[in-house]
Amino acid sequence: MSVLADRIKEIIKPENLVYAKSPVLNDDIMHYCPGCSHGVVHRLIAEVIDEMGIQDQTIGVSPVGCSVFAYKYIDIDWQEAAHGRAPAVATGIKRVLPDKYVFSYQGDGDLAAIGTAETFHAVNRGENIVMIFINNAIYGMTGGQMAPTTLVGQITSTTPYGRNVDLNGYPLKITELLAQLPGAAYVTRQSVQNPAAVRKAKKAIRKAFEVQALKKGTAFVEVVSTCSSGWKLNPVDSNKWMEENMFPQYPLGDLKDSSRADADLYRIKG
Amino acid sequence: MGELRLMKGNEVIAIAAIRCGGDAYFGYPITPQSEVMETLMAERPWEDTGMVVLQAESEIASINMVYGAAGCGKRVMTSSSSPGISLMAEGISYMAGSELPCVIVNVQRGGPGLGTIQPSQADYNQATKGGGHGDYSLLVLAPASVQEMHDFVVLGFELAFKYRNPVMILADGVIGQLMEKVKLIDQRPRWTNEQIAEISGSWITVGKSKNRKKHVITSLEMDSSIMEGNNLRLQEKYNRMKAEEVRFEAIECDDAEYILVAFGSAARICQKTVQIARKKGVKVGLIRPITLFPFPEKIISEYATKVKGFLSVEFNAGQMVNDIRLAVNGKTRVEYFGRMGGIIPPPDEVEVALHQKLIKG
Repeated sequence: MSVLADRIKEIIKPENLVYAKSPVLNDDIMHYCPGCSHGVVHRLIAEVIDEMGIQDQTIGVSPVGCSVFAYKYIDIDWQEAAHGRAPAVATGIKRVLPDKYVFSYQGDGDLAAIGTAETFHAVNRGENIVMIFINNAIYGMTGGQMAPTTLVGQITSTTPYGRNVDLNGYPLKITELLAQLPGAAYVTRQSVQNPAAVRKAKKAIRKAFEVQALKKGTAFVEVVSTCSSGWKLNPVDSNKWMEENMFPQYPLGDLKDSSRADADLYRIKG
Repeated sequence: MGELRLMKGNEVIAIAAIRCGGDAYFGYPITPQSEVMETLMAERPWEDTGMVVLQAESEIASINMVYGAAGCGKRVMTSSSSPGISLMAEGISYMAGSELPCVIVNVQRGGPGLGTIQPSQADYNQATKGGGHGDYSLLVLAPASVQEMHDFVVLGFELAFKYRNPVMILADGVIGQLMEKVKLIDQRPRWTNEQIAEISGSWITVGKSKNRKKHVITSLEMDSSIMEGNNLRLQEKYNRMKAEEVRFEAIECDDAEYILVAFGSAARICQKTVQIARKKGVKVGLIRPITLFPFPEKIISEYATKVKGFLSVEFNAGQMVNDIRLAVNGKTRVEYFGRMGGIIPPPDEVEVALHQKLIKG
């Protein structure tokens, strides 16, 4: 053992460093379960903030759900919003501090169920904010209940025999709906289950923050995510289940990439 | 200097918000207070002072926009009427829990439910006992004139920042729709970033420099021992309000045998009742609570040993009467008279009630 420990010590030296944690991500141990996507997305946001040099200009809004404690891990100013209200809170911040970077970070229950109205109207106003949407098709924090994005047939603690459309309706593709709104400037759907996907997701988050600086409208990044605990699968099987079941329903890629629509398209004639 | 205008109570709320250097207003239309946002939009303060005015998609969104902007140290307000305030209850509880300053105006209408658009004071309990969940208190101001609608916006912001707590102006449809002479303050500048840093620099979220610790606006705490401490700190703050912020008006109470207690537009009617009764030789006084929280319990307790009884006059089913009874603590009689559903009793009806319930009874 001691030989191995010595060997490791020899390897862990600054000159051998190929990757470092962004200083914007602090040292607190995350409360997320093994295999959860939240940690990776947190890291990507921290890296983007770090690389753009905007730590002192960024205010995050955390939701209610598993990422309620997002404010513990990313070293910026934060406001913790009531369940579903993050887009309204972000609107309030952005309207009085129009030159700062403001983003909301929300799960599927927060953004697409209880906060649907706030989500739609923030995007429809074309608020110059970034919205990060973690879609893992389940309520993680409260113990695995049905989310608006839960798939048909998917077992959760409140759909123990699988989601039934007669009883529960259909999985809500809110990102597709938001892409229709003239206030949306950039709408994309990403994932973080392998290094290639992580690199793409990071690019998308970076672009979303850049869109915000241009004040072109709302930038919306969905990340199709895993919830090993809620799905009752190990992390490896979770990624497989996500690829096989989530991706066909929630296909990855950009849904919209443009400026907020020209007001003249909607203006009265008289 | 002190411009005199003839204005509606609701319009004056808007003008006072601009002139006192307000940073933002977020609201949603509801009768009988829609003139507040209409006046703000017509005035276009964003062109002169830089004040933000935004019509939200709901009262839920309004109060959460207030939350966000208040967390940046700005002077932010909203206004609504009873059903809208119910929708805001969650956000108000969060603001109290996160210790965010703001001014919330409730131009009350009759309830319950959709109720009526006519005036009422039926949200007394909601305003003074919470309304939302958890142990919290708002500082509640009850204007009885258009001038006080103006003055309490200015005072409301001062108190909100003094205590880092939401302040509610509990008006009613009468005061909101009434036109009266009002003396306006001169335009004051909005706070600069430097002033905001000086006043609230220790907690606001405006972007953190590398060397400063991050600021987090939240009411969440999972450790019970810390959460109890947070609650104790809030209670200590409410006790300081009780010690320092009680405001009331006592009219002809010195020789009074009976005292009417009424706030807002009910107090205006009772002022006339006092005159009518005194003309008939009955010594009646009036205590008008200006702060409903903190409630002026001391003055009522003092008069409890001197008078034959109190009559609480309210446009509701009898809500403030309970606070009067607590203050009186059995030392004398306390009765209630009120009308509901948007009915405003004339002064002589109150005088008849005084006879029936206290003098004869």
